[in-house]
Amino acid sequence: MRIELERRPEVSRLFSLLSPVIALALMMIFGGIMFLLLGKNPITALYSFFIEPLMEVWSLHELAIKAAPLILIGVGLSVCYRSNNWNIGAEGQFIAGAIAGSILPVVFHEWHSPLVLPLMLLLGMLGGALFAGIPAFLKAHLNTNEILTSLMLVYVAQLFLDWLVRGYWRNPGGLNFPETRTFDPVAVLPEMIASGRTHWGFGFAILAAVAIWFMMRYTLKGFEITVLGQSERAGRFAGFSTRKMIWFSMLLSGALAGLAGIAEVSGAIQQLRPVISPGYGFTAIIVAFLGRLNPLGIIVAGLVLALTYLGGEAAQLSLGVSDKVTRVFQGLLLFFVLSCDTLIRYKIKLVWSNLTGTATEGAH
Amino acid sequence: MGIFEAILLTVITAATPLVLAAVGELVTERAGVLNLGVEGMMVMGAACAFIATQVTGSPYLGILAGIASGALFSLLFGFLTLTLVANQVATGLALTILGLGVSGMIGEAYVGQSGIKLPQIVFPVLSDIPFLGPLVFKQDLIFYLSIAVVVGVNWFLFRSRAGLKLRSVGDSHASAHALGINVIRMRYLAVMFGGACAGLAGAQLSLVYTPQWVENMSAGRGWIALALVVFASWRPWRVVAGGYLFGAVSISQLHAQAFGIGVPSQFLSALPYLATIVVLILISHNRRTTLINTPASLGKPFVPDR
Amino acid sequence: MKKILFALATTAAVIGFSAAASAADKAKVCFVYVGSKTDGGWTQAHDLGRQELEKALGDKVETQFLENVPEGPDAERAIERLARSGCGLIFTTSFGFMDATVKIAAKFPDVKFEHATGYKTAPNLATYNSRFYEGRYIQGQIAAKISQKGVAGYIASFPIPEVVMGINSFVIGARTINPDFKIKVVWANTWFDPGKEADAAKALIDQGVDVLTQHTDTTAPMQVAAERGIKAFGQASDMVKAGPKTQLTAIVDTWGAYYIKRTQAFIDGKWESTSSWDGLKDGILTMAPYTNMPDDVKALAEATEAKIRSGELKPFTGPLKKQDGSEWLKAGETADDGTLLGMNFYVEGVDDKLPQ
Repeated sequence: MRIELERRPEVSRLFSLLSPVIALALMMIFGGIMFLLLGKNPITALYSFFIEPLMEVWSLHELAIKAAPLILIGVGLSVCYRSNNWNIGAEGQFIAGAIAGSILPVVFHEWHSPLVLPLMLLLGMLGGALFAGIPAFLKAHLNTNEILTSLMLVYVAQLFLDWLVRGYWRNPGGLNFPETRTFDPVAVLPEMIASGRTHWGFGFAILAAVAIWFMMRYTLKGFEITVLGQSERAGRFAGFSTRKMIWFSMLLSGALAGLAGIAEVSGAIQQLRPVISPGYGFTAIIVAFLGRLNPLGIIVAGLVLALTYLGGEAAQLSLGVSDKVTRVFQGLLLFFVLSCDTLIRYKIKLVWSNLTGTATEGAH
Repeated sequence: MGIFEAILLTVITAATPLVLAAVGELVTERAGVLNLGVEGMMVMGAACAFIATQVTGSPYLGILAGIASGALFSLLFGFLTLTLVANQVATGLALTILGLGVSGMIGEAYVGQSGIKLPQIVFPVLSDIPFLGPLVFKQDLIFYLSIAVVVGVNWFLFRSRAGLKLRSVGDSHASAHALGINVIRMRYLAVMFGGACAGLAGAQLSLVYTPQWVENMSAGRGWIALALVVFASWRPWRVVAGGYLFGAVSISQLHAQAFGIGVPSQFLSALPYLATIVVLILISHNRRTTLINTPASLGKPFVPDR
Repeated sequence: MKKILFALATTAAVIGFSAAASAADKAKVCFVYVGSKTDGGWTQAHDLGRQELEKALGDKVETQFLENVPEGPDAERAIERLARSGCGLIFTTSFGFMDATVKIAAKFPDVKFEHATGYKTAPNLATYNSRFYEGRYIQGQIAAKISQKGVAGYIASFPIPEVVMGINSFVIGARTINPDFKIKVVWANTWFDPGKEADAAKALIDQGVDVLTQHTDTTAPMQVAAERGIKAFGQASDMVKAGPKTQLTAIVDTWGAYYIKRTQAFIDGKWESTSSWDGLKDGILTMAPYTNMPDDVKALAEATEAKIRSGELKPFTGPLKKQDGSEWLKAGETADDGTLLGMNFYVEGVDDKLPQ
């Protein structure tokens, strides 16, 4: 048996909507079998994964909090990836933004003014953008591959943060533990809705997604990004500059990652500590592609991925499965979603024929 | 044994898994496939190699298990990205999540067990050469394999017909297809080779580097391997240079600390990453030579028109 | 689709309710772990404590846990989830969970919380910690007796007071035996990376130390020491399996004693918010059997352990000088707990510079 793909004449709208549903159905079946094999009730398991986190108001807030940085970073990355700039160092830009934005509440903690918060957010974006500016500069002017430089800078940012919170920025009243002073209320990103602790980071994420969606769809810049991403040559004929696009997309994604960083620190943690992100910058890469590099899709993808984290915890409690099981489940879900997206562009055919005659071309 | 020799020995152990995983990924990428799941395949290899060794008592069977598990695991990636043309970047990252989960699950019962270290293979006479002997001729099988794989890959890519085909698949799958090369099949093999190498690198971690299994024991080495491929501009010997440079800087910073030089350890820890960036800048300023070596179809899906 | 989901939801809800009903008369005690429960180190020690608790109190108690919980907002969510799911007593077992625990404790005044190794308390939030440094003092004495070269290697994780305290206590102990004893410190900047810990161990041995101690969590340094034929100390759990001819002793975290004590108090309605910092005498840490050392060293170690247990000996007792030679404690003066908990300076004899 062999699987063959046949390209559809145009992108299937039906399957654009249907493919996640098919993926979910497949996941229910496979996940159910997996939990049966582990000796757990599959219905309870699937319920805790997909439904339980959505049943209570506080949990919905947690979902928004978890999804906010994923969406914000993912949206920025989508612009990068659409224009063929492979920024995989958003984690570092997230940290750089968090550090830059925290200068005010940590170093100038005596300054209480309504200006503090907006300035923090600006500084956060600036910090993220500047940090992304390093690989941008190296790629645009010194021809250095951005995959390597952006990734390596993640480790540098992590170590720099570690050094800061253990040294100069350590909380003087904190018994020498590695964390900064807690932010003053003027420096804390307020909650969006009265019913829970969702902070404005989620609002920024939605705003950014809609804005970028608009830009990609209705502006010349969006067209430029798409053209340059598809063919550098075509872009040059149209008078677009690859070099400027490197700067634009990297700075934009850096700024959004930086905003995510300072929003997370100010809204959810309220201080800097040695580790402020459980890998949001990397998970956001998956979110970006899961959302098919479409800002509105990224909102959905971010929420779905956040749901699997919350569901994983619920399953740990209700079933007593280890968190490794939940990670396997998460990985499988991603696989199903990614492979079902094939249906949007292709028809899948199963060919029942022997393979004789095709096996002449060996690799050795 | 002098201290310099001792440091070099440590560097070799630290660099071998990086070199192995990177050279495997290099072949995958030369065929035009970007597999970001190296970390996941590596940690699977580490778990399976360790379990097989504990069960059978033979670290050599452990090596085989590591290689086989890496290759099989990469097949999952291959099926999704080659047969179903799913997005390579996302699938690779999902593979890493899955690998960390599955390895943690199957390895849970083996945490805390003391492993069997892969024995050294000592070349008589040669190992008595001062300095070089203990470094090069008194090592374990995986070290020798790592050198053999690099030599072999170098020969294969640039001296063999099949290697030429593989590179043509990576440079332009459309023309390769037009020439009658089975693009998908070639890519499947390249992906599996990458997986096998990552699995072997994992086996080195759980059988040589630290003969034990703990969850997540690859601790980011798969990512470094990925960066090394780019660093090496897709050339096998540069992978070796990069891997050993990275290893040397990481080990030296520990020695610098033990000497008590009084520089914050975070700065010393950041050195390997900064050094890699600086060297890459130095070697990639010539745009044309970089372009020649970059597989032009990297990351782009291929569906034959029928 | 909706119908199916609804059916699933009701079935699961029924299952959920019946489970809750049967558990109502039990005390539900919950744990939040920063690592995996089989990490062979810190988290595993807490999980062993949880299992001991289950064994000791039998059907009076039901336990639950969440593992690999990242610090920050994820911790806040995890703790809140436990508080909402009917846990009466929640142990959060990492320093980084401190502020998250404080926030959730304020939100759920009827639930009792206990936070390990922190310093913030509330009426329903207690803290607990273990005097690991007592064990380090004994290790220092053994090291000074065993070492031919008078230099020990110390693999440290991160410069936090607890680790610094351990280094100092080790040196103070060693210097009671050999006043010129020195240690070399390498910061691995990780709690948990077997490869890096092994590299650090090799670097230290290559620079001439002949006894090794670690404040990181994997057995990798022990394995390296075994391979190189020097002696070493285990950390967090008994690591003798990794070095049957290598391990001198190990500081074993035995949280179970504390968990049983506090849960019993909780069941009896006598739980109060405290800041407890227990030591060898309370059984919150124990020394693994003294092995691979001459009888006189073993006798010395046992004698020291007994003196610490009885309170006759306190490791941080003067005369002690700081690293720069300035006086810290006068003869007979003992450091107070506040100073120890915030310790960020070295005593004389440490060959390293502490990041300030």
